Amino acid sequence: MSAVIESHNHDDHHHGPAKGLTRWLYTTNHKDIGTLYLWFSFAMFLIGGAMAMVIRAELFQPGMQIVEPEFYNQMLTLHGLIMVFGAVMPAFVGLANWLVPMMVGAPDMALPRMNNLSFWILPFAFFVLLSSLFMEGGAPNFGWTFYAPLSTTYAPPSVTFFIFSVHIMGASSIMGSINVIVTIMNMRAPGMTLMKMPLFVWSWLITAYLLIAVMPVLAGAVTMMLMDIHFGTSFFNASGGGDPVLFQHIFWFFGHPEVYIMILPAFGIASHIIETFSRKQLFGYASMVWAMASIAILSFVVWAHHMFTVGLPLAAELFFMWATMLIAVPTGVKVFNWVTTMFKGSISYETPMLFAIAFVVLFTIGGFSGLMLAITPADFQYHDTYFVVAHFHYVLVPGSIFSIMAAVYYWIPKWTGNMYDERLGKLHFWLSFIGVNVTFFPQHWIGLAGMPRRVPDYALQFADWNMISSVGAFLFGASQILFLFIVLKTVMGGKKATPEVWEGSRGLEWTVESPAPYHTFTTPPKVN
Amino acid sequence: MNEGSKKTVKTLCFAVLGMFTFSFALVPLYNVFCEVTGLNGKIELRATNDKNIEIDNGRDISIQFVSHNNEEMPWAFKPSEDNIQIKTGKYRTTTFYVKNTTNKTMVAQAIPSVAPSNAAAHLKKLECFCFEQQELAPGEEALLPVRLIFDNELPTSINSVVLSYTIFDVTDYNDVEFTQRHNDDHHAGHEMEPSI
Repeated sequence: MSAVIESHNHDDHHHGPAKGLTRWLYTTNHKDIGTLYLWFSFAMFLIGGAMAMVIRAELFQPGMQIVEPEFYNQMLTLHGLIMVFGAVMPAFVGLANWLVPMMVGAPDMALPRMNNLSFWILPFAFFVLLSSLFMEGGAPNFGWTFYAPLSTTYAPPSVTFFIFSVHIMGASSIMGSINVIVTIMNMRAPGMTLMKMPLFVWSWLITAYLLIAVMPVLAGAVTMMLMDIHFGTSFFNASGGGDPVLFQHIFWFFGHPEVYIMILPAFGIASHIIETFSRKQLFGYASMVWAMASIAILSFVVWAHHMFTVGLPLAAELFFMWATMLIAVPTGVKVFNWVTTMFKGSISYETPMLFAIAFVVLFTIGGFSGLMLAITPADFQYHDTYFVVAHFHYVLVPGSIFSIMAAVYYWIPKWTGNMYDERLGKLHFWLSFIGVNVTFFPQHWIGLAGMPRRVPDYALQFADWNMISSVGAFLFGASQILFLFIVLKTVMGGKKATPEVWEGSRGLEWTVESPAPYHTFTTPPKVN
Repeated sequence: MNEGSKKTVKTLCFAVLGMFTFSFALVPLYNVFCEVTGLNGKIELRATNDKNIEIDNGRDISIQFVSHNNEEMPWAFKPSEDNIQIKTGKYRTTTFYVKNTTNKTMVAQAIPSVAPSNAAAHLKKLECFCFEQQELAPGEEALLPVRLIFDNELPTSINSVVLSYTIFDVTDYNDVEFTQRHNDDHHAGHEMEPSI
């Protein structure tokens, strides 16, 4: 993307980007680093996606067809870890890098050198994680939740490399969020009060605080695992007075805020896009902010709904059930506001808007299946079935991932100066939309019918829907190659974009020319 | 970087360190929580000193004994009686058979667990092999006694209880330290209650 920026602005800027490969290695420019994050997450999305294809190919028919069960477990584990930590989170950090400084009228991120560091340690983390595939005993095979003792006593030797890579990913996320918070709190343009900030900035401010709070807990959990494995401690080992259930509590104390970390920036993105293409001011700005804040606070008191079946006392099960259901209230407020923003708007359906509307509808479906899972007695039936798989894929794929795609289509004219191919964009949307639903909707049914998750083989009665689900997955996977093609085509050229790009666009990033100059807002803009 | 930014960075770094520390603090917090609420079926590894616990009009409880070997622990380990009937408020002694089937001297530690977990607080032991470690020479066998009682506050919904022991190989661990840690843990949480 930035190759285009270079050729456009080199002549009229004295401080344009450096030339060659070292530009990317040494860069402290928020736009360069944003680009690096986005390309990195795209690469991880394709690798994690290829693993999903292996999983769906194996599940195409009952019986063992293509891979060994041991390898299947490794694919399952790496698919989850790569999609969560390698695709979704870096994509949001990339968007934050590109957009937060421009949206608040700052010249760059507050800590540019740390910004460079927090990106460049990521490829090493994933190199270490992926290299475990070629180690003796294979890659981690205990699922992305790495429950002890599967991940301690019974883990393959490569678990130590897994722990190391999680430490690096955590350090990267923590540095990234410190950068975002310091930028937002200290570098806003004059007149940009907190309650005037664009919602994407708000969503990232809250997300960054969540990351600061829970990534150290994840680091603590893997450190305890490391000590149990190598230094003879017994945090999770009953023979030394420890407890494996404690692992689940610590993991989900991190894990539940983590799932909101993966959705809050999506809320911000959807708000911007729906507002623009409805050509109306967003309905209920203030309630959007408090809704995100209350979702973030509630996320700390619902973790045990992931572990209803470990034998919690009745009082705890009731508390975690009601607390979980309470989250539906602020989430409902947000969905209501998006729908109301569209109500009586003069809507046009460009690709970003299509993705944003699909996000609202499909994320709501995922939210509802989450409510079903929150009902404790029902959860005893649904726990560890494909219903859970369907639920979290509905909130993560047409939730987080659709919002990232919507954001790319929405802001890529600003990044590259070129309009994407609208016809291909719409084709990509419809293929993805159909693919996602064909893949994941049937998984609700086979889950309710009792098919367990994380299995390489299954009973015959689940065969038909699994085959349909696999066909949908292949369609969804293939259509992402089209996405790659569209992005590359846009980077190379296309219809020139105006500064405001969209008819109804609002916000500081649309006041600078397209593509955005290498340095923006070196003198802060005035915000009324 | 201006002063405001420096201050924010400093605060955030402290927050990160604080949360990392908190994750480790969750370990003792969790244990205290389990002990106070009596969850988890954990029972104490200390003898009761409550001598006046026996009563006459108790009700019938059936106890099932279960034995497990942890991981690779090679010893033979099983209860002498699988099932017994006991009255609340009456002491009863039973034994577990254990044999070191290897050709080296080994040390073992048994860890008890009670199901349902809310029975754990009412099961008291005057004597138990789980209070200390067992050292057996190659081929040596033993009958390990446990003398237990259910207090009369055992919830009436409970008529049968499973008492399970898992035996662990602790040959390579320093036994003094192990026993001490367990006793210290349980002192801290239970100052007011009669010790078990």
